[in-house]
Amino acid sequence: MMEAREYIESGILELYVFGILSDTETEEVSAMAEKYPEIKAEILSIEKAVISLSFSMSPYLSAANYDRIRTQLLAKHGVEEGVVEMKPRSNVALFIGWAAAIVLMIGVGYQYTQLDAVKEEVVVVKAENSDLEKELNSLEIDKQKTESVLAIIRDDNNTVVALGGQAVSPESKAKVYWNKETQAVYIDAAGLPEPPEGMVYQVWALKLNPLTPTSIGLLEDFKANEARLFNVNSTGEAEAFGITLEPAGGSVSPTLEQLYTLGKV
Amino acid sequence: MTQEELLPLILKKDDKAFTLLYDMYSKNLYGIIYNLIRNHEESEDVLQEVFVKIWKNIESYNESKGRFFTWILNIARNTAIDKLRSKGFNNTQKNLSADNFVHLLDDSNKLSNMIDTIGIQEFVKKLKPKCIKIINLLFFKGYTQQEASEELEIPLGTVKTQNRNCINDLRTFLQV
Repeated sequence: MMEAREYIESGILELYVFGILSDTETEEVSAMAEKYPEIKAEILSIEKAVISLSFSMSPYLSAANYDRIRTQLLAKHGVEEGVVEMKPRSNVALFIGWAAAIVLMIGVGYQYTQLDAVKEEVVVVKAENSDLEKELNSLEIDKQKTESVLAIIRDDNNTVVALGGQAVSPESKAKVYWNKETQAVYIDAAGLPEPPEGMVYQVWALKLNPLTPTSIGLLEDFKANEARLFNVNSTGEAEAFGITLEPAGGSVSPTLEQLYTLGKV
Repeated sequence: MTQEELLPLILKKDDKAFTLLYDMYSKNLYGIIYNLIRNHEESEDVLQEVFVKIWKNIESYNESKGRFFTWILNIARNTAIDKLRSKGFNNTQKNLSADNFVHLLDDSNKLSNMIDTIGIQEFVKKLKPKCIKIINLLFFKGYTQQEASEELEIPLGTVKTQNRNCINDLRTFLQV
């Protein structure tokens, strides 16, 4: 007890609280304070006195400093935003918070519209893709058609009969591909004008002595057949072929006034 | 809220901890800083610097180094003195000793101070001149015993005891 009393009266504790002792002396006083509760109590009293003194000596300190320092710490030194600030300080931190929230919302909104745009784009691309697929399919079909047309025309067993234009349409021409092997008959009508509405071309196989026309078919859907290559019925023994323009559905016997082309085998 | 309760919160860098720390000590530190700097704007800059240092270096504080209040008091004084030196006050020493903290009372905006501080301000004005001088040098300006002994031209051993007597007068008035 005597030791502690003397220690206290020496005035070292005041210097300890003021923070002007050497590190060694400071550690010594800290150790003494741990050892003697009355020393610790004395230190606390001295501290209270100088805290009151420095507080009451302080000039006016604007509240703006609180926000300034807090913002500084927030920006650089990791003050966690965990606790709701209840005191009505200035609005700087609040403003920054709201500004950040608004920026975030704008960002999210922008991303959302971007997402929408991308989604729309995907739909468009998908549709385009599907269109292209269809186009590709139809090209494949066209190609197959062309190939089969070529196969028909190039067949070595074909007898090709050229039909020349007649009085009603001197510019017209056509070809008959008559496959003696398969008896298939194809008409290449690329040289014929489009038939008027309600009319159709009719193909006739002719025997010349006596002149006996036999209908072997109509060139139906003339416009739609882009290759203008028509399959018609087979014929037995034909000596010539003729094509007349007849009313839709065809006629029993050819209307000779409307004979467009004619050719001998 | 005591220093012992505040410390763990500051270590967690809790937002509330800063508010508590500021409310507890900003005026004390500002009083110390302003007494050295004597310029409001620069003192506010130093105060900010001090809080940043406390916040950044809190991990390096432990109780063997003294009281937490003492630790932040030293940061405040050292930062203010560094500021004075960086500002090129060649006669820093003279500047440090020319005025004492009692002059702060004339600069102060009295309306801003709480009613309960008016009493202590009146008391401080009536402190013995040698007490004002010694508290000013040791507590407010952080002089060592040796420096104070030279400045006041009193024996080294007398510095400690005279200071204790002056602080005792203050404690009697404050009843602490």
